Amino acid sequence: MSFLIGEGMTGGYGGADILHDCTISVEKGEVAVIVGPNGAGKSTAMKAIFGMLQMREGVVRLGERDITGMTPQERVRAGMGFVPQTGNVFRTLTVQENLEMGAFIRDDDFSETMEQVFSLFPVLAEKRRQPAGELSGGQRQQVAVGRALMTKPDVLMLDEPTAGVSPIVMDDLFDKIIDVANTGIAILMVEQNARQALAIADKGYVLVQGRNRFTDTGEALLANPEVRRSFLGG
Amino acid sequence: MEDILNALVVLANFVIIPSLAYGAQLALGALGVTLIYAVLRFANFAHGDLMAFGTMTVILLTWFFQAQGIGLGPLPTALLALPFGIIAAVLLAMGTDRVVYRFYRKKRSAPVTFVIASVGVMFIYNALTRIFIGTSDIRFEDGERFIIRAGEFREWTGLAEGLALRSSQVHTLVIAVVVVIALFWFLQKTRTGKAMRAYSDNEDLALLSGINPGRVVLITWVIAAALATIAGTLYGLDKSFRPFNYFMLLLPIFASAVVGGIGQPFGAIAGGFIVAFSEVSVTYAYRRFLSHIMPEEWMPDGLVQLLSTDYKFAVSFIILVLVLLVRPNGIFKGRVI
Repeated sequence: MSFLIGEGMTGGYGGADILHDCTISVEKGEVAVIVGPNGAGKSTAMKAIFGMLQMREGVVRLGERDITGMTPQERVRAGMGFVPQTGNVFRTLTVQENLEMGAFIRDDDFSETMEQVFSLFPVLAEKRRQPAGELSGGQRQQVAVGRALMTKPDVLMLDEPTAGVSPIVMDDLFDKIIDVANTGIAILMVEQNARQALAIADKGYVLVQGRNRFTDTGEALLANPEVRRSFLGG
Repeated sequence: MEDILNALVVLANFVIIPSLAYGAQLALGALGVTLIYAVLRFANFAHGDLMAFGTMTVILLTWFFQAQGIGLGPLPTALLALPFGIIAAVLLAMGTDRVVYRFYRKKRSAPVTFVIASVGVMFIYNALTRIFIGTSDIRFEDGERFIIRAGEFREWTGLAEGLALRSSQVHTLVIAVVVVIALFWFLQKTRTGKAMRAYSDNEDLALLSGINPGRVVLITWVIAAALATIAGTLYGLDKSFRPFNYFMLLLPIFASAVVGGIGQPFGAIAGGFIVAFSEVSVTYAYRRFLSHIMPEEWMPDGLVQLLSTDYKFAVSFIILVLVLLVRPNGIFKGRVI
């Protein structure tokens, strides 16, 4: 039994189905990556798992618990963190305020969690009083991840965390993501930079037209000649 | 030297002090408009009449207190009635949100739908106020009227010109400073205030963070209605209360909010003073000011008034149009309407 699993997910945004019997799962402390061509339904699969999409069929389970009927807000309380692709920070709020808002649902003292986030992302500690909108793209992504970590989630879902950042920053972000996974959090992310993402993935899903095409370890997918030819550009 | 002092006293008496008081009143009104815009994302046309309604409650209670013989001594009785007026306006705003705006929020209507709905609300508030208190001009200031009288000032200083400082002007400035400090403290330091700013900044992410939109909207109405009542009462004490004038105030208030950058509380304050100073300085007749610093033979025959006071609203209108044409997001980079 996987820790988080979206099983047999079928559905779309009201019109035709985008996902067809798609299954995605991730274990604690593991990095799972969803890759695939444009329009394959990668982000849609992620949204379905987070409850932002009404599924016609399929179930989502988080640690044995059926959460299929929950709203995204309820899922946050249940232990899921989500970093959207765009608009993932409060631009006019300072870095520290962003983290405080991440912890909005917590009534206990979250200063310890904030220190953990700052030790994970030291640059944020430096810039804690600066508005998040003034930071660079990579730093902003760190704020976004930090904000999602403030609820102490069991699962962290990232929708294209490296979209629009330079290759150096991308490597740095991936390193941070591995650090987060090493704290025992399950990480599920959608990535455009398939090759680099699969290199750090414990598990990879190649989606095509809303269906699971290949599912294997990241390493095995990178070695698979068919995957290389069709999706990784040789 | 004495001529220059006399000229400065004239300027302070007729331009600077009145503009400061009027600017503070506009700023308080514009803060309400800007907060509603930041959180609910529409320009609330009913704000002027919400001010009128709150002020009306304050006046009715002032009369009641006066009849009971309850007063604040040198301070106007209206200040005692103000908290009750705020409660009435808050209840009205909350009720309106429940009956009108919530419906459109649920439907996720376009901002323009909200604006038109607020025009309807404006007419209803308008009628409500007129049913209860009529349309006539009402003066409700009591207590000590002056802090410095013009005659006394002339005696003290020996200058030819007098400077009058009315209590209502000082009350306006003191209350405005206290209210603005409290508001900024709330927005910057409290959890709820930060949640309000977060919701205004990025609604989707705020929802994702577990911020309750219903609560944020409610608190915004409470603050906006409180600000409206305070602004309306101070304006009424300073000048007079007439429902139609409060409806007309909407224009300078919107101009203030837009000049400063709508959605930006700082901008609303700056905008309030910019509009007030422009309006007063453009419609002031400078003849008396010039008579102190200009040789007799150079004096013009006219009043040296750029614009008749009848046209004072044109000033706000011109400012509004110019800002929207040249810099639509205002001085402090607010949103674009």
